[in-house]
Amino acid sequence: MSDLIDTLVGIAPGDPLDALRAKRPVARADAQTTYDALVAAPADLARATALERAAIGYWVAALSSAGALAAHYRALVADVDATVADALDAALPAASTTGPYGAYPTGPLSVEDEEGLHYSATAELRAVVGDRLAAALEHAHLLTFRPRDASPDALQSLLDAGWSTDGVVTVSQLVAFIHFQLRVVTGLAVLKEAL
Amino acid sequence: MSEQVIRHPDLPRPNAFTQEELGWVPWLEPKPESELTEDDYTALVERSRAASPYFRLLVRDPVVLGARTRADNDIFYNTDAGLARAERELSAAATSRTNGCLFCASVHSRFASLQAPSRRDDVQRLLDEGIDGEQDERWTAIVEAAAALTATPSHFGAAHVDALRAVGLDDQAIVDVVQSAAFFNWANRLMLSLGEPTPPGA
Repeated sequence: MSDLIDTLVGIAPGDPLDALRAKRPVARADAQTTYDALVAAPADLARATALERAAIGYWVAALSSAGALAAHYRALVADVDATVADALDAALPAASTTGPYGAYPTGPLSVEDEEGLHYSATAELRAVVGDRLAAALEHAHLLTFRPRDASPDALQSLLDAGWSTDGVVTVSQLVAFIHFQLRVVTGLAVLKEAL
Repeated sequence: MSEQVIRHPDLPRPNAFTQEELGWVPWLEPKPESELTEDDYTALVERSRAASPYFRLLVRDPVVLGARTRADNDIFYNTDAGLARAERELSAAATSRTNGCLFCASVHSRFASLQAPSRRDDVQRLLDEGIDGEQDERWTAIVEAAAALTATPSHFGAAHVDALRAVGLDDQAIVDVVQSAAFFNWANRLMLSLGEPTPPGA
């Protein structure tokens, strides 16, 4: 059975990293199960379409400079709609920054508050992807770079753009999971070079 | 008319990191307990989690919740080789401290202290002073690796692997540092964005 993390890191059966991953067999299998449920073979395409899922995946991986994973998701987007892939490419430079930053509730941690980009989709991007996906991309940017700025207002923006409560849960899981997936890939790739 | 979030304007909001037990309230309506199916209970993994608004919200995507929970348990509780339990919790706490998740940091700093009772003050220093607070060499290497992996883009690199090896971690333990930090980059984003923490005893 194919395992996306193994494929992206370049782990073959019998490799040292194959044995290391095999010691956490449930985590390994369920990383793939999560990817399948969120991206490769979702049960419910009404709450989030295949294109929306792939586009959010590409956006998050590319914003995180996760090269191999971003290329994987970009291909999924382009398979469905190359225009959307191009529009995301065009939007990425102005959206890219470094995190995490954001604000804490007022108090002793306020000294750690850090300013940073609050991303709004441009008219050009919105014209291609529509208001619903644009809202999800804005939220994905928030979750990627400034998760501590999350708020009820941010979720209301998703609901107002046409996402259902179930859809918001799935989009949130998708963005959050990709932040796991890209870090497992990064960590294992670094370790592979050091073996 | 679109659906509406749940707001909690009258609840006090914790504003500091703590090892005490915080509560959590959702900004979206959890699935009512009366509507949970057998598949939902499978996804909850432990039936008692039906009492939690967090898990009943996530059960709106049951396959993903089930996989998330099983992966969580394997990364943190599978003690076949690898990193000590306390240090997996340390990695989770350092990740949560970096992202700014007060709720997750409270749970996993508390778990780290439970696993290593003599280190409670060291754990508290991580919360009070952050990832640059003083720790011994071994904990410094783990905290710095978790924080580097948590940055976006990640700046985890060969120097972090070298530092972890220098303080005695084998490759299995390094995989555990990576997976525990990676997992909390998933968990922090859910906890931070779907609801808010409430003070101890609230």
